[in-house]
Amino acid sequence: MQLILESLFNGVAIGSVLLVAALGLAIVFGLMGVINLAHGELMMLGAYSTYITQLIFKQVSFLKPFYDSYVIVAIGIAFLVSGTVGILLERTVIRRLYGSPLETLLATWGVSLILQQFVRSVPLAYASGLVIALFFGLFTPLFISDDLLHGAKGKLIRACTWGFSALLGVATGGVLSSLVSKLSRASARNVDVTAPSWMRGGIDFVGITFPKTRLLIILITLISVLVVIFFLDKTAWGMRIRAVTQNRPMSDCLGISTETVDIITFGIGSGLAGVAGVAVSLLGSVGPNVGGNYIVGCFMVVVLGGVGNLLGTILASFSIGIMTDLIGAGRLLTIWPDMPSPLYSTIDFFATTSMARVMIFALIVIFLQFKPTGMFPQKGRMVES
Amino acid sequence: MKLSKRIFAGLATASLAVTVTACGGSDSSGNFDDTVTVGILHSLSGTMAISESTLVDTEKMAIEEINAAGGVTVDGKSYKIEYIVEDGASDWPTFAEKSKKLIDQDGVPVVFGGWTSASRKAMLPVYESKDAFLYYPIQYEAQECSNNIFYTGATPNQQSEPATDFMYKRSPAAGGDFFLVGSDYVFPRTSNTITKAQVKQLGGKVVGEDYLPLGNTEVAPIISKIKVALPDGGIIVNTLNGDQNVAFFKQIQDAGITPSNGYYVMNYSIAEEEISTIGPEFLEGHYGAWNYMMSIDTPASKKFAKSFKKRWGSDRVVADPQESAYNMVYLWKQAVEDAGTFDDNAVREALVGQTFDAPQGPVEVMANHHLSQTVRIGEINAEGGFTILEETGVVEPQAWNQKHPSSKGYACDWTDPKKGEKYRM
Repeated sequence: MQLILESLFNGVAIGSVLLVAALGLAIVFGLMGVINLAHGELMMLGAYSTYITQLIFKQVSFLKPFYDSYVIVAIGIAFLVSGTVGILLERTVIRRLYGSPLETLLATWGVSLILQQFVRSVPLAYASGLVIALFFGLFTPLFISDDLLHGAKGKLIRACTWGFSALLGVATGGVLSSLVSKLSRASARNVDVTAPSWMRGGIDFVGITFPKTRLLIILITLISVLVVIFFLDKTAWGMRIRAVTQNRPMSDCLGISTETVDIITFGIGSGLAGVAGVAVSLLGSVGPNVGGNYIVGCFMVVVLGGVGNLLGTILASFSIGIMTDLIGAGRLLTIWPDMPSPLYSTIDFFATTSMARVMIFALIVIFLQFKPTGMFPQKGRMVES
Repeated sequence: MKLSKRIFAGLATASLAVTVTACGGSDSSGNFDDTVTVGILHSLSGTMAISESTLVDTEKMAIEEINAAGGVTVDGKSYKIEYIVEDGASDWPTFAEKSKKLIDQDGVPVVFGGWTSASRKAMLPVYESKDAFLYYPIQYEAQECSNNIFYTGATPNQQSEPATDFMYKRSPAAGGDFFLVGSDYVFPRTSNTITKAQVKQLGGKVVGEDYLPLGNTEVAPIISKIKVALPDGGIIVNTLNGDQNVAFFKQIQDAGITPSNGYYVMNYSIAEEEISTIGPEFLEGHYGAWNYMMSIDTPASKKFAKSFKKRWGSDRVVADPQESAYNMVYLWKQAVEDAGTFDDNAVREALVGQTFDAPQGPVEVMANHHLSQTVRIGEINAEGGFTILEETGVVEPQAWNQKHPSSKGYACDWTDPKKGEKYRM
């Protein structure tokens, strides 16, 4: 019983990391059909946001008493940072490539390389300044009345907002680099996010240790999934997104601004990648390559679950998580120690982390042979087909 | 045709320009009779750049020190050392290609280079076919002994064997069971094969072993296995690489695998540089084994650390790989001066038997092109350094490990033409 519980918890813990990482992709790739290879790098930006937030909370005196809660603030910041960069990516690159998946794939791969090199060679303080400038530059016009944005006066106002945002960005960069010396120099070194003391260690319950960071990640995942489901099912914009997913020309005819829908969808998907970055930063180190380690897993989960289906993504990540634990940690051998010896040695052979991955990939390939569209294929006539 | 010629000419000019700008060193003053140019080949870009660039810094420093002391004296003439730095780009074929360039085009008498075993394996055929000489400064899995490579890092019997002995006999977990964790490539697998044989000889038990694919940071299954295999604490031998250590140590601490619960980790890839990246709060109380540790309290060690900080910044640290890199430059200089020529074959002969008062203590070049050196076991402390617990005497290197089943009973001796790379003792 204890063993089953522990195995289940481990499976859910591994699965929820996969799920939180794949959730944004499930929206971007699943709903919009965009193969975004820069998804991992958006996660990386989220992880770096956590690092920067942590440093700011450590250094700035009036924030110091709240140091313990920096992770929660970091989730919000990471969402905004990755979301902003995602929207910029959509506006500048992906928007021009809808309907041509190969070109999107290559372009976003290029973007991912650019982002990796960017965090290596730009001091983080100025990188944050740039993101802040982008954030205000992109979003301030939304709060200015439409009448003011037309004609020559509109152009002037737009230019002014960008100028103001740029100033704000430069100021942020300057202030950050003078406040936190670690952020003022570019460095290719990996950095480290240290969880606050209340999140370190584990909780002992019925003889099992539940690591607190894992519990927090499960919680973050759960909340993200619930919010996404609520947003897609219960809000007007959610309904529009689903409508555009099902039939883009028809939605366009019916007066839905598909362009706005694209921006919102991509922004949310990217923002969720940022949240995943926070989760990932709690487990390992933060570096330019951190996202690349997860991107294959994310695509695997979305494809296995069935493109365009959130429930499928959830089930797929938990089943991969539980399988990883069952095979990789050799649980079957513990549960049934006197199984016939050929079977025992076979299972023992696969009971290493490297071989477990081989085994799981093989199983997924076999599964997709029988169900090429994943666990929950989308029903109905798609525009593409 | 014309166009391609022009492109070719352009390329040649460009590469010439790069070579000229890559030539470092200060302006040649009139105190030297001549100059000699050596090659430095490490990754300056890509994933290995972080580690390998520290070696370039150290080698430059050693060369500057030698120049300041009058350069290399050959046949009564003093030579100023200049260097060409090439970037291996964390890509193993590039290492081979740049080696060819340094040997053929630049005609350097010696190349200091490499970090990963993969890069060394890629370069080895180049140096053997051209009969050139590579100096390689990293602790590695051995089981190799080339006439064209000089290895200044530790072999397993100069690192892991004394460490295993310490863990089993004298650590707080003495007599406990072993669990081996490593990244999935050649060094951890070879090192662990040796550890398994040694533990068996000592009468201990290895209860589990697992390898994490490079780039993977999901360590939860390994933690579950450790907890099943070592329910009440024990010895963990860790050969994980780079960032995987961060994930490993963060998560084992959360899972209660800590020194206070009786779990002690012995690390072979964590030096001062890595401790500061991972964070001493995760590593305190665990162990490391190296030839050089920054906390060695001798004038030579302090001087080495001080000059490095003075040259490259007060926040920099020195660690074992850097010390190896430092030693090899000096040993090359001594061998050249003894040989009285830059010619490889003469230098190779003069090299064996060279001694040097290294920051770690005296080292000597042995007939198998490895160094005899001191081994130290240290406990990682809260300040991010090692508290040195024990020191062996000078340990002779075994190019062919005597505990590994495939090489037991073999040795290497390049001073005797009948013995060579691998002979039965």
